[in-house]
Amino acid sequence: MSVNVLSNNKTTHLNKVKLKTERVNLYYGTFQALRNITLDIPEHAITAVIGPSGCGKSSFLRLFNRMNDLITGAKVGGHVKIDGISIYENNIDVVELRKRVGMVFQKPNPFPMSVFENVAFGPRRHGRNNRSELEDIVERSLRQAALWDEVEDKLEQSALALSGGQQQRLCIARVLAVEPEVILMDEPCSALDPVATLKIEDLMRSLAEDYTIVIVTHNMQQAARVSDMTAFLMMEEDRAGVLAEYGPTSELFTNPKDKRTEDYITGRFG
Amino acid sequence: MTSRTMVSRQLSQRTAFGLLMLATTIVIVPVLFIIIYMIVNGAGAISWEFLTQSPSQAGKAGGIFPAIVGTFYLMLGTLIFALPVGVTAGIYLTEYARDNWLTRLINTAILNLAGVPSIVYGLFGLGVFVLALNFGMSLLAASFTLACQALAMTITTSREAILAVPREYKEGSLAVGATKWQTVRHIVLPQALPGIITGAVLAMSRAAGETAPILVVGAAFFLPGLPQSPLDQFMALPYHLYTAAAHVPGMPKSTIWGVALVLLVVVMSFNVLATVIRLRARKRRYG
Repeated sequence: MSVNVLSNNKTTHLNKVKLKTERVNLYYGTFQALRNITLDIPEHAITAVIGPSGCGKSSFLRLFNRMNDLITGAKVGGHVKIDGISIYENNIDVVELRKRVGMVFQKPNPFPMSVFENVAFGPRRHGRNNRSELEDIVERSLRQAALWDEVEDKLEQSALALSGGQQQRLCIARVLAVEPEVILMDEPCSALDPVATLKIEDLMRSLAEDYTIVIVTHNMQQAARVSDMTAFLMMEEDRAGVLAEYGPTSELFTNPKDKRTEDYITGRFG
Repeated sequence: MTSRTMVSRQLSQRTAFGLLMLATTIVIVPVLFIIIYMIVNGAGAISWEFLTQSPSQAGKAGGIFPAIVGTFYLMLGTLIFALPVGVTAGIYLTEYARDNWLTRLINTAILNLAGVPSIVYGLFGLGVFVLALNFGMSLLAASFTLACQALAMTITTSREAILAVPREYKEGSLAVGATKWQTVRHIVLPQALPGIITGAVLAMSRAAGETAPILVVGAAFFLPGLPQSPLDQFMALPYHLYTAAAHVPGMPKSTIWGVALVLLVVVMSFNVLATVIRLRARKRRYG
């Protein structure tokens, strides 16, 4: 199965489905955070999830690396699939899954260790301890994250001394170091200034050639600028986690099919 | 506003300030008084011989070297047994145990352990370590007994230090495919370590000051030599002080205060060490 993708460089092509949700319901105890969500996320493209605060965007994102597992009382119904394989089955190795599906968080969270050790952290945990091999991985990852030129001579310094934007790109490099297939980004720019934000967006575009990216964002302009596909999640009265509309970004922003989407993107609520 | 309410506001302001300062003074003065009194009365007894020689004539002459050594052995023994158990229990309770009524009950029980009178630990040690396990009256039995008492503190401080590690770090680690144990080992423990060590050092300094529990599990007032094995009896500063002050007629006052001064210095220096570790860790994190 494939999805029609209208990418930002205006070419229409067919991409394979990388991630898929089928009638997914997510509960935290008795609270339902996601309602019956079915959608296909294309490979090597950027899919944005937008919507008002508390609508379940982050919860949706955390389905794909099973980060919701960490919350007591979280329960998932339906299927979440990567390459057609359901990831909520008992035989799924969550550690292996998280290696394939990396995550960048809202607040840059570099570990309190050196720049080098931050990037080497993942590979080391997966048993790669050869120094020269690690040096290669660190350089490659930092170059991919467009950070190498800025930190080349600061590799042994504390990562906490970097600027916010650099810290966030370091966190992206940390994810890239374990060679994932999917990168989940949970409002990666919300703590950054506009210049740093643009750098991350450029980086996302270049990464989308090799990775499948899903980004949650509050910022509709950002979704419009970077993404190929957009999903609009919303909450109604006391019901959170309703998928109002999902489609190619250019269509959703210029010609929304759903009245609620139109109201949201034109700023009438949210 | 009338000048009258102004006056009354100023008056209550001054009264409040005065009361707060008075309360603080009431706290500080006795502490200073004790320390100064101890130095004035005990400093005369302190000499190289006092610190390095064995007592003679029932402690009236000679030094307190074996008691100093015994106290350090006790602190070391307490640390060896209480720290690993405390830290591992702390990790389990925070990272692995499910948050249910049983875990909460255990956490409350651990907090209450700290409130159990120390002589009760002494009797427990006598019953279990000295008699049932047949360690006899010994350094080993006393170390275990003090370690049981110290556990409440090491577990609680370990838990708090682990809980203080930001969730973002743990999530960042799990998100690159580290296992739970790898996350604990490489992210949580290094971050929590200063807090854990501070707790352990404070627990040691408390163990150094305990008299009641060791009274019944192996402390002796006078021994001809230093303990040669963990199964030997031992001398310790607080017990020496107690016996010297209460049970030896004609004991020179300056000797008693001298022993107290040495004990105080030992305990205080460990408290200072704990503070230094905490401050250095804080500087490293934020500096």
